[in-house]
Amino acid sequence: MSHKIVSKKRLSEDVFTAEIEAPLIASARKPGQFVIISINNEYSERIPLTIADADPERGIIRLIWQRVGKTTAELADLQEGDEITNISGPLGRPTHVENFGTVVCVGGGIGNAPLLPITKALKKAGNKIISILGARNKMLLILEDEFAQTSDELIITTDDGSYGRKALVTEPLREICQRSPKPNRAFVIGPAIMMKFCCQITKQFDVPTVVSLNTIMVDGTGMCGGCRVEVDGKPKFVCVDGPEFDGHKVNFDLMMKRLDAYKDQEQKAYEQHKKHRCKIGLD
Amino acid sequence: MTEKEQEKLLKELLQKHKTGKLTPSERFKIPPQDMQEQDPIARRKNVNEVALGYPETNARMEALRCLQCKNAPCVKGCPVRIRIKDFIAAIVDGEYAKALAIIKENSLLPAVCGRVCPQEVQCQQTCTVGLKFKDPTKSVSIGRLERFVADLDQDNESVPAVAAETGMKVAIVGSGPGGIVAAADARRVGHDVTIFEAFHKTGGVMVYGIPEFRLPKAIVQREIDVLEEMGVEIITNFIVGRTRTIEQLMKEGGFDAVYIGVGAGLPSFMGIEGESLVGVYSANEYLTRANLMKAYDFGKGADTPIARSRKVAVVGGGNVAMDSARTAVRLGAEKVYLLYRRTEKEMPARVEEVHHAKEEGIDFHILQSPKRIIGDENSHVIAVECLKYQLGEPDDSGRRRPVPIQGSEFRIDLDTVIIAIGNIANPLIRQTTPRLEFNKWGNIVVDEKCKTSMEGVYAGGDIVLGAATVILAMGQGRIAAAAINEYLAEKKKSLAR
Repeated sequence: MSHKIVSKKRLSEDVFTAEIEAPLIASARKPGQFVIISINNEYSERIPLTIADADPERGIIRLIWQRVGKTTAELADLQEGDEITNISGPLGRPTHVENFGTVVCVGGGIGNAPLLPITKALKKAGNKIISILGARNKMLLILEDEFAQTSDELIITTDDGSYGRKALVTEPLREICQRSPKPNRAFVIGPAIMMKFCCQITKQFDVPTVVSLNTIMVDGTGMCGGCRVEVDGKPKFVCVDGPEFDGHKVNFDLMMKRLDAYKDQEQKAYEQHKKHRCKIGLD
Repeated sequence: MTEKEQEKLLKELLQKHKTGKLTPSERFKIPPQDMQEQDPIARRKNVNEVALGYPETNARMEALRCLQCKNAPCVKGCPVRIRIKDFIAAIVDGEYAKALAIIKENSLLPAVCGRVCPQEVQCQQTCTVGLKFKDPTKSVSIGRLERFVADLDQDNESVPAVAAETGMKVAIVGSGPGGIVAAADARRVGHDVTIFEAFHKTGGVMVYGIPEFRLPKAIVQREIDVLEEMGVEIITNFIVGRTRTIEQLMKEGGFDAVYIGVGAGLPSFMGIEGESLVGVYSANEYLTRANLMKAYDFGKGADTPIARSRKVAVVGGGNVAMDSARTAVRLGAEKVYLLYRRTEKEMPARVEEVHHAKEEGIDFHILQSPKRIIGDENSHVIAVECLKYQLGEPDDSGRRRPVPIQGSEFRIDLDTVIIAIGNIANPLIRQTTPRLEFNKWGNIVVDEKCKTSMEGVYAGGDIVLGAATVILAMGQGRIAAAAINEYLAEKKKSLAR
């Protein structure tokens, strides 16, 4: 069963969003879960992508992805009406949502996409939401309006100061942790390095912190173990044990190395793809 | 012996056989027929099938070695009780369609089982000919004969007949060997059967795990095609437990019965230092990248990468370890070590696979196992530190327990480690099916008919047995389908009342 792209939009230079027909997943998915897609059957890679939103009535899911390699670039080249051959999911354990009190939600870059449905669910459960969204510059900031709607307080930071505060997300996070009373919980999703430093801060203030990890996966059902991370010194599988973990126990350094396992090969494949794409005159 | 001489000899033997004058001692004199194989040097560089199968002359010659024992010990050695001596007799007579029909009474996947069954510990272990020579490798090559007749049929589509529609719906979870058999058997009696597969391709372990060089994907695909021709619906990318739970399938999806054949699941790791370093794979991941995702064609079409290894250690002594080691060779590794804590005698791998691995240059390190895996400053594997072992007293499995020798540490420099020490049960069904009963290892509890604690739900294969083989999974698929058919017949009767 193929999945038709109903609509597609560019959110920033390298970030795209699409609404895709996937009725079974749309009605089953819960915040925190993801899908694995492959564009074609024979040779395509399987990559995990977050479900940013879903509309069970229309039978569609919304995906957001960043163009970082060959597969995500191919995905970005697809247009409305095109089809994706394989989408499987929803995968991973849903977010544990309850009324914690005050929750600080920190999103970095593309991490805003998985963070949005979680924030919405937390808001619905009665939490006071303080959101911190970080981006390298104004152009790269995504989902600001959606977060504005669902947050009681919204703080934007950019690395270059082109929008919001000129700071890293860790700076306002520290200030919020210093408030009295301190937040009851933090949800942090973004690049591994950002999650690492955010967790160092929340740990100082003893604020329980949930992170959502996006590691390299093949099957997404526990079978391969390629997604494993060290949590509390023990190997855990992001696909079946996660994707959310206690951020204070995750070995981010090792995770970052594992994320780079195929960097050279992927780079080469992406370069080749771009070259090919120029030749056939897409750009 | 030239081909002509061989044919002449066969003619003479057949003549004698027909007149009932071929004595057992003359049968013993027929040399065991070798099966042609790809040259070990050549096959290191391709993924094509290694064993090439019997030509007709060799098959009939081999079949003539069978003594047609009255008590047929071979049949007792077969997990699904194929009427072995009868199908072999049909081969002797040149009645290959009949031979295949006999096999198919009990086994739906002869082309698969002829290739991957561990015959040497099943039918061929109990074969009188092997016992006579006190050498199981000299038994009648039942598996090769099974493959011979199955392969002849590859071109003649034979689709089993399907009875009138019953209106009952059966869900099969997983499209591995157990699921395929259960689906076929449930469909035959007229049930509306749907297979749910989590991956984007069907076949389970036969496509993601067992490599092309041992079991060509086309053979598995053909069995799937037959199912579709029978009217079985196949839905891929559907994760039972997540896309829909078993309860949802039954309550909302209208399925009257479910067979769970999801396979083993999570790869075991050793629990030693360094297992999360870059360059450490589970065998499942390594094989899935290489087989299912065709990583051997990375950069030539395929988008899934795999480590470009120079020196590889595979840890384990089963078929999966052999498959991993031989795959590493084909992906271009210069040196592949196989580390196993016991001796070759205790290896669970098939003798044939051990033999093939050695021929392909795999360096066997027996009585050795990693103590820790060492990485560089980038967390890339650079070496393993191993311990040497000796064999102690027998353990629960009856095999002598490996005992580490204190102070025997030594180091092997390498860049890739593949852990092939088995799997533990996948928690997905357990997490999402609270009413189902599991044992302490996370395997589903079933009775002798493969019935679980939930009404209408049956299970078999690795998720029940822990670690099984293709043939055992098939056997359970068949038992479960029989039980499902019986259950649904009763259900229909009670509905009619």
